[in-house]
Amino acid sequence: MVTTLADDPSVQRLDIDGVLGDPAIRVVVCCGSGGVGKTTTAAALALRAAEEHGRRTVVLTIDPARRLAQSLGLSELDNTPRQVHSVKAVNGGELHAMMLDMKRTFDEVVAAHTDPKRAEEIYVNPFYQAMSSTFAGTQEYMAMEKLGQLRARDEWDLVVVDTPPSRSALDFLDAPARLGRFLDGRMLRLLVAPARTGGRSVFTLVTASFGLFSKLMDKILGAQLITDLSGFVGALDSMFGGFRERSEQTYRVLQAPETAFLVVAVPEPDAIREADYFAGRLESERMPMAGLVLNRVHAPQTTAISAADATTASEEIRAGNPVAADVLLVHAGMMARAEREQAVTRVFTRSHPDVPVATIAAQPVDVHDIDGLREIGLALAVG
Amino acid sequence: MPPSDHAPLRWPARLHVVTGKGGTGKTTVSAALALALAAEGRRTLLVEVEQRQGIAQVFDRAPLPYQERAIATGYPGTASGGGGEVFALAIDAEEALLEYLDHFYRLGRAGRALRKFGAIDFATTIAPGVRDVLLTGKLKEAVTRTTDGRRAYDAVVLDAPPTGRIGRFLNVSAETARLAKIGPIKSQSDGVAAVLRSPVTAVHVVTVLEEMPVQETADAVAELQRLDLPVGSVIINATQPPLLARGRLSQAEVRRGLAATGLPVDRDVVSGLVAEARAHLARREVEIALRDELIALGRPLVELPQLPGGVDLAGLYELAGTLLEPARASSI
Ligand SMILES: Nc1ncnc2c1ncn2[C@@H]1O[C@H](COP(=O)(O)OP(=O)(O)OP(=O)(O)O)[C@@H](O)[C@H]1O
Ligand SMILES: Nc1ncnc2c1ncn2[C@@H]1O[C@H](COP(=O)(O)OP(=O)(O)OP(=O)(O)O)[C@@H](O)[C@H]1O
Ligand SMILES: [Mg+2]
Ligand SMILES: [Mg+2]
Repeated sequence: MVTTLADDPSVQRLDIDGVLGDPAIRVVVCCGSGGVGKTTTAAALALRAAEEHGRRTVVLTIDPARRLAQSLGLSELDNTPRQVHSVKAVNGGELHAMMLDMKRTFDEVVAAHTDPKRAEEIYVNPFYQAMSSTFAGTQEYMAMEKLGQLRARDEWDLVVVDTPPSRSALDFLDAPARLGRFLDGRMLRLLVAPARTGGRSVFTLVTASFGLFSKLMDKILGAQLITDLSGFVGALDSMFGGFRERSEQTYRVLQAPETAFLVVAVPEPDAIREADYFAGRLESERMPMAGLVLNRVHAPQTTAISAADATTASEEIRAGNPVAADVLLVHAGMMARAEREQAVTRVFTRSHPDVPVATIAAQPVDVHDIDGLREIGLALAVG
Repeated sequence: MPPSDHAPLRWPARLHVVTGKGGTGKTTVSAALALALAAEGRRTLLVEVEQRQGIAQVFDRAPLPYQERAIATGYPGTASGGGGEVFALAIDAEEALLEYLDHFYRLGRAGRALRKFGAIDFATTIAPGVRDVLLTGKLKEAVTRTTDGRRAYDAVVLDAPPTGRIGRFLNVSAETARLAKIGPIKSQSDGVAAVLRSPVTAVHVVTVLEEMPVQETADAVAELQRLDLPVGSVIINATQPPLLARGRLSQAEVRRGLAATGLPVDRDVVSGLVAEARAHLARREVEIALRDELIALGRPLVELPQLPGGVDLAGLYELAGTLLEPARASSI
């Protein structure tokens, strides 16, 4: 029997307007596994905060779909917030939008931590170039970094952040620390050591296995590469500690009561499993989770006819009335799907009974304009 | 039963790289293709490189080791015989590096020590290009391997990284050239690049009929072509049966149909059903436009149906059967 989530007394409804309208909430983070609707939700929430709650809002999007970016007026990736003028805001609300440029953000971090000459050396190093554009985790780190910057300036009532399209929502929390650890790491310090001791390799001074390691690095990667690497690490030397410190700072913002995490999921097994892990993780890190946004939910318009009845009836009338027969099959598919989605969703609601839930119906077409976002925001507000 | 001897015609390559936007069905389609190409007593190897144990999951098996293991019988996969064998392998970059070092430098136990020290992790992390060369190098080895003068595998199917990373993953020589201008990694990657750019390889792109996956498919096809990598088929996964393709949808017609079978005909029910049907038609219109965009890419199209209850082993064989059906005229 199909009942909707809204009918389920054990599931709490998420009060989105309560979150967006609360002046004490300054950061909303939308996370979740790949493709579930994080960017769409972030944009819709930011729009609603500006239009309905009069807040001066900035949304940090990451790799938005091209058409969504266009309707937000984001044609270039310039790493600065741009006001979205098509917004119908009341009470001085404003919406500003930006797209994360991870390379440029990395450059800014470098510039902030070192003198211009050193920074130049770092920018041209092939390792830096590879790392700032391709290293797994750079995007997560830079998203956190940008959030930290936006928050520090204190010019926004509300910062809504989208998170990178990683496979697992946990990457958003773990990758920055991984990159920070890596850049601060023991391995890098050892590699940079020859530069510090005036060219004499410390590899001979440390353990035998490390000597073997350096020999191997030479063999596998070639001597040129080692030179570049140690140049990179040497130049970064002055910034050691800085990376970790910065990511720890942002981590603290995420733990503060001014932050609200929204976990976005679609009612499919993989996404729900990820949401389940992530909610558990937020709890153990004492990060404030405001609720689950269940996106792309299929809700039948009537539940008076079951999937089985619709299928049987469809066969009976096909010869005489093919249109109605097809309509019944569409309905049967819808009912079966809704039932599957609810079974899947219960995996989450059973293990996190205290987490409030808001749902967004699957729209027949993609969401890529302001009107579409407004509708999504409204859907969220009504539950 | 679909004529399975179409396999070599329809899928002429020996190394099938299956990419697509995340979640569109890469792992499912790779598994089905490995089953399909193992029809008629052939032997295939299904490979994954992302340490996700996706293959073990679709075949409902324990996690795979870094070792080629028989995992299923080829299509048709019944007692009627004829099916060959599908092997599976989860390539681990660290293991591949150790194997490679062992091969060239006879490291023995020292290699394990390196691993404990984190050196291997370090080497593969600092230079992602190196990691990819190791992974694709192992693929090349499996594709070209012979035993007793016979090819070890008739086909190798790779459950590849998603569209966003596929160009970089396959464009190995360029990526490593940026980092290593000479040395063994360089020559290794040149050999791999030659195989990847030859007709031995076909890169297939899986998509569903939604805007972003279709957009990424178009982008990926363009990127692969620019990199001179051979693009194979575009595979449209999880398609719905065409409903309401003909006839005019109206409340009256639906009410008449419901009445004919004794189902309730209250206004709410009728208008609810009609609203669902209209949403379906709106969706279908979008899908038709998206399919046209895919046709315009000029690659062979293959469509796989959405399996209503999700994908189990029987479902994989069903999809394998569809992959073996001869191409339809519209899709060329
Ligand atoms: N409720 C909905 N109904 C229909 N389409 C939707 C809905 N929500 C999102 N979409 C569409 O789904 C696609 C993916 O959404 P979006 O880009 O927001 O996801 P994401 O989680 O940010 O993805 P990624 O992990 O790739 O960053 C977009 O094309 C978007 O328009
Ligand atoms: N034809 C189909 N019919 C029904 N369900 C399908 C079909 N193809 C894939 N699925 C389901 O869709 C989900 C995603 O499929 P799959 O894991 O193969 O995608 P993927 O592209 O490998 O994902 P990822 O990017 O996470 O590796 C799985 O739950 C799978 O069972
Ligand atoms: Mg996104
Ligand atoms: Mg997969």
